[in-house]
Amino acid sequence: MTQFRRYIPVIAVIAAVVVLQVVLSATHATYYMTQITMSAYYALVVIGLCLLMGYAGQVSLGHAGFFAIGGYTTAVLTTLNLLPYRDTPLVKLCSSLGLIFQRQDIYGADILSFSPWVAFVAALLLAVIIAFLIGLPVIRLKGHYLAMATLGFGLIIYRIVLGGSIFGQADGISNIPPFMILDGLQVNGRVPYRVMNYYIAWSVVAAAMVLAINLVGSRIGRALRSIHENEEAAHSLGVDTYRYKLFIFVLSALFAAVGGVLLTHYNGSIGPSEVTVMKSVRYLVIVAVGGMANLWGALFMGIILNFLSLRGVFGSYDDAVFAIILIVIMLFAPQGLLRMPRLPALWHGLQAREDTAKPVPSEVEGMAVPQKQSGGSNG
Amino acid sequence: MCPGGKKMNLPQVVQYCFAGITVGSIYAIVAIGFNIIYNTTGIINFAQGEFLIVGAMTAISLNHFVPLPVAILLAVVITTLLGGLIELVFIRRAQNASVLHLIVITIGISILMREAMLHIWDEKVRSLPYFTGTGVSTITIFGAHISPQVLWVLGVSAVIVMGLTPFFRFTLTGRAMRACADDRMAARLCGINDKWMVTLSFMLSAGIGALAGCVISPVTQTQYDMGAPLAIKGFTVAILGGLGNSMAAVVAGLLLGLVETFVMSQFDVAYKEAVSIVILLLILVFRPSGLFGKHEITAMRAV
Amino acid sequence: MDSVLLETRNLHRYFGGLHAVNDVSIKVPQGAIKGVIGPNGAGKTTLFNLIAATIPPQDGEVIFRGKKITALKPHTVACMGIARTFQTTKLFGRMTVLENVMVGRHCRTRCGFIAGMLNLPRTWREDRETKEKALEILYDLGLKDHASETASNLPFGRQRLVEFARALAMEPALLLLDEPAAGLNIYETKELARLILWIRDRGVTCLVVEHDMSLVMTICDDVVVLDQGRKIAEGRPSAVQRNPEVIRIYLGCDDAQNSES
Repeated sequence: MTQFRRYIPVIAVIAAVVVLQVVLSATHATYYMTQITMSAYYALVVIGLCLLMGYAGQVSLGHAGFFAIGGYTTAVLTTLNLLPYRDTPLVKLCSSLGLIFQRQDIYGADILSFSPWVAFVAALLLAVIIAFLIGLPVIRLKGHYLAMATLGFGLIIYRIVLGGSIFGQADGISNIPPFMILDGLQVNGRVPYRVMNYYIAWSVVAAAMVLAINLVGSRIGRALRSIHENEEAAHSLGVDTYRYKLFIFVLSALFAAVGGVLLTHYNGSIGPSEVTVMKSVRYLVIVAVGGMANLWGALFMGIILNFLSLRGVFGSYDDAVFAIILIVIMLFAPQGLLRMPRLPALWHGLQAREDTAKPVPSEVEGMAVPQKQSGGSNG
Repeated sequence: MCPGGKKMNLPQVVQYCFAGITVGSIYAIVAIGFNIIYNTTGIINFAQGEFLIVGAMTAISLNHFVPLPVAILLAVVITTLLGGLIELVFIRRAQNASVLHLIVITIGISILMREAMLHIWDEKVRSLPYFTGTGVSTITIFGAHISPQVLWVLGVSAVIVMGLTPFFRFTLTGRAMRACADDRMAARLCGINDKWMVTLSFMLSAGIGALAGCVISPVTQTQYDMGAPLAIKGFTVAILGGLGNSMAAVVAGLLLGLVETFVMSQFDVAYKEAVSIVILLLILVFRPSGLFGKHEITAMRAV
Repeated sequence: MDSVLLETRNLHRYFGGLHAVNDVSIKVPQGAIKGVIGPNGAGKTTLFNLIAATIPPQDGEVIFRGKKITALKPHTVACMGIARTFQTTKLFGRMTVLENVMVGRHCRTRCGFIAGMLNLPRTWREDRETKEKALEILYDLGLKDHASETASNLPFGRQRLVEFARALAMEPALLLLDEPAAGLNIYETKELARLILWIRDRGVTCLVVEHDMSLVMTICDDVVVLDQGRKIAEGRPSAVQRNPEVIRIYLGCDDAQNSES
């Protein structure tokens, strides 16, 4: 069915992932998998941000904040020791519901804490609610107001986790237990689980890509693209621009939070460095760069750039590299920036890049047509 | 510091007031820098805070070779030229980019500037010497001991504000810049070279930023990464007063400075940083046009 | 055919000191093609924006199918049956022609976010129908061959047509046409006239802002004349053409007080 042609790239990527794993295992280079896995989780943030920037045409300068909400919530809830409160009714209730369970921490002592599933759900709910609350008043306004609000939001989260003792302040939270998904399947960064986690991470990414691709190709996706192209026209055709932009904002926050939760369990720790403005800017840079082929571009750029960064390839110039990339892209490829693939182009991945190189004609048939700039300027 | 209310006597109140309006006037200058560029181009220049630091650092280095006033003058000139250079290299080239793209570019510029400063001046904290007197000399006002540098800050800020107002209102160049803000195409049709107006706006913002950075350096010290927090506070002040409204920015700046200082006096120092961010979010949510906003709310709507 | 589809009552709209629309009351009967003419700056596009709820009036009412729509949002009004084209073509440049028209079907379709993300079977049928309906319209307007082309690549006249197709895809009851003949040559304008008549025959009422008098005379049953925000004449095109007031505002007064828009 032609419907499913859109998934062919997903299959291709999954195949590549498998091949890579086999190669790495065979060459005893499985340690690369660690950084690839981490990059995959970061890529979740990027995918969500890509939907926000490429489709709703909004810029978020605080997406690291949503990542942090995911990560810190699960960190706090799964390391909180409720043992001293064991006899309070609330704890007893949670215990009987199976929300809390007893386990041993790394020192062998008994500890009573929330199960990772509970933390997972709580983290996602929190991210969604906060994104909703931020977006509700701000999305109505022009684009740079959302940029400012998300910047402020990111800064607040940073201050909160840096200052709050429950969040471990500058040291963050560590000794976070692995996330037991099923018997034998767990999100765990230790060596024996490396290959398993590689696949877990890529499965989550694949699922996210499928959802994103579906959305883009759907009625809503068309509506979103139309909003980005020309918001006034979209509005006049019956598209509720406000609601859709809000939805995408919340969805992108959700993706980021999922990445945060899973990476936190993978690393076993989280710290304030995940929430800096620089981190948010990085996500932005990755989406901007990969924007040429959009969803797929963002994914690949995310993996590549994060992988290189994690391996320390950029050295002390890490931040500067991202800043330079950002400026270069913005200056020399603003048309190719924040693009979305046309449905056929999704399949013809890289070829889309050549198509977008065609300039938007400003004079047609000898008549100077005042071409309005595309909806990315948002008023 | 104990949380909750703390009784203060008059000298202490005066002390905090001066501290508040000192730092507040710096915020106001940063905000005015934002407004100048915003008014001419519609861009919010994230690198605004960096100009203060570049100016101060340059002056500090030059001070090793030339007397202080000369160092400051040269630093201001250099930073002004730097502002113009940045506009020429980055902003002017981005012809077709939307305002949002340009804002993002300024973010990249601010990061680059910060990294450059890190590599040129490393992460040491430095400062200019006090303009008059030393670090311990004080003037007594209403029983409070104020450093003379505070008066320098207030004086310089006042001069900047009072200098800019007639500039924009009465000089040809100033009015040309305002014309560009109102309607760029119309300004161009009137023979105004709008491209140079944009460059000029960057240069002007850079210059007053550098001056502000120099004058506050003895009080707050200068470090390579202080630019971004300053930019955020300056931006908060600009929005608080109403984006584009520089007179309101002065009031808003003093307001923020005072609130910050008094919060710091009553509560933990850590909350000082939170004040500006909370105010920023509150304003964006409830009154994006600012306290004295002249824009119709619909002018800010996306559609 | 004689019922009033759209009515504006005493509409007022100010922009700062400018009284852009000043006490304008018009009635558009079902099935009519009504023209709105007047010099530049007369407030014609503002009137359209008020009807389509893009901007709210400071006073007055807009009544559509007997219901007050004054305070509603543009997308709500659109889904109630009011479509519009714009003075400068506002196509979705980087989307294909077909996709542009498919967005026009938005009001008539329902599948939401979840259904879209999960690619549920009911979206398959709906999307297929959307595509078919869009292709139908493209075929009717002679654009079938351009369906997969990027909208911004089309010549100007064709882009205009695509905007039409997109608006028609909404199956509107009322179509607001803002200077549809702008930039078209004589032949294209004749085609446009035929197109508008064809649209009316399909049951769509049209309100047309135009400068091109030949077009107005040819297709409009009825014409409203605006000048500096006020309605100064209304009636059959031939009558309005002879109205001395109308002639005066068009041939201009001696003082060059022509208000820019």
